Amino acid sequence: MSSEAVRFKPGDRVTVKFEDRPGHIRTPWYVRGKTGWIESVHGDFLNPESLAFGRDGLPKRTLYLVAFNQSDVWGKSAGSKDKVLVDIYEHWLTPA
Amino acid sequence: MSDGHDTDQDHDHEHPKHELSYYAKRIYAIRDLLLEKGVITDKDIQCQIEYQEARSPANGARLVARAWVDPAFKSRLIGNPKAACAEMGIDATSINEFVVLENTEKVHHMVVCTLCSCYPRPILGRPPDWYKSLNYRQRAVNDPRGVMREFGLVLPDDVEVRIHDSTADIRYLVLPIRPKGTEGLSEIDLAKLVSRDSLIGVMDALSAVPPS
Repeated sequence: MSSEAVRFKPGDRVTVKFEDRPGHIRTPWYVRGKTGWIESVHGDFLNPESLAFGRDGLPKRTLYLVAFNQSDVWGKSAGSKDKVLVDIYEHWLTPA
Repeated sequence: MSDGHDTDQDHDHEHPKHELSYYAKRIYAIRDLLLEKGVITDKDIQCQIEYQEARSPANGARLVARAWVDPAFKSRLIGNPKAACAEMGIDATSINEFVVLENTEKVHHMVVCTLCSCYPRPILGRPPDWYKSLNYRQRAVNDPRGVMREFGLVLPDDVEVRIHDSTADIRYLVLPIRPKGTEGLSEIDLAKLVSRDSLIGVMDALSAVPPS
């Protein structure tokens, strides 16, 4: 899985994978399949999707602060400048 | 085990008298087993309760009041929040990553955890019940301005609202704007303006010290 990982830098446009699978997932449903951009890079963290099952959380995953326009997530009625920012692990992101 | 447990008072801690829920029964059973096996002691439990109770929004208020009166501290609080906490005698070391979000005239931050109830507990203590409610968790991201309106905060349209969904290892604290007309207040009184809700971002800081 890590071999296909891509590293992103602030400003890069990214789309959240539209995946659903059983188990512990930290990517909220409402941003899956949505496109935003990398706001900042938080760093590398143990993977909670592994830790949740008593495993070692390795390899560490890069965690990004990803920004989305509210209007891109919820539709045009949302405030025009308003944004929702979500902490998302690298393996959930693809280049947009 | 519903009644057998409560009538079996061979230990000296108190049990609630009312009917316990399934989860309450379970947690008391686990506690009693841990005590019985000697994994923890009554004193450990009491110390932990006292520790949990000592963590309160007052810590966040002290940080904000200091940041309002001391620009250099504000820079440190934003640049290295954990070190700034240590300066104030606040232990934030148990937070994996701690980020302070500064509100300005142009940008207003608000924090939610849509997945559960992640919250900067070492700084603010236990989250309020509404923070953990499905209602808040859904609407904070879907209609943040509507949520803030219900708390009494109406932001101008030209202020950018930024909702932080703390889905991972980062814990967020909002640094509210210092209210106008508070130039003469002491740091102690300024801290009284910093409500818990303003540290979550659903409100601004109070504009006057509440009567005590």
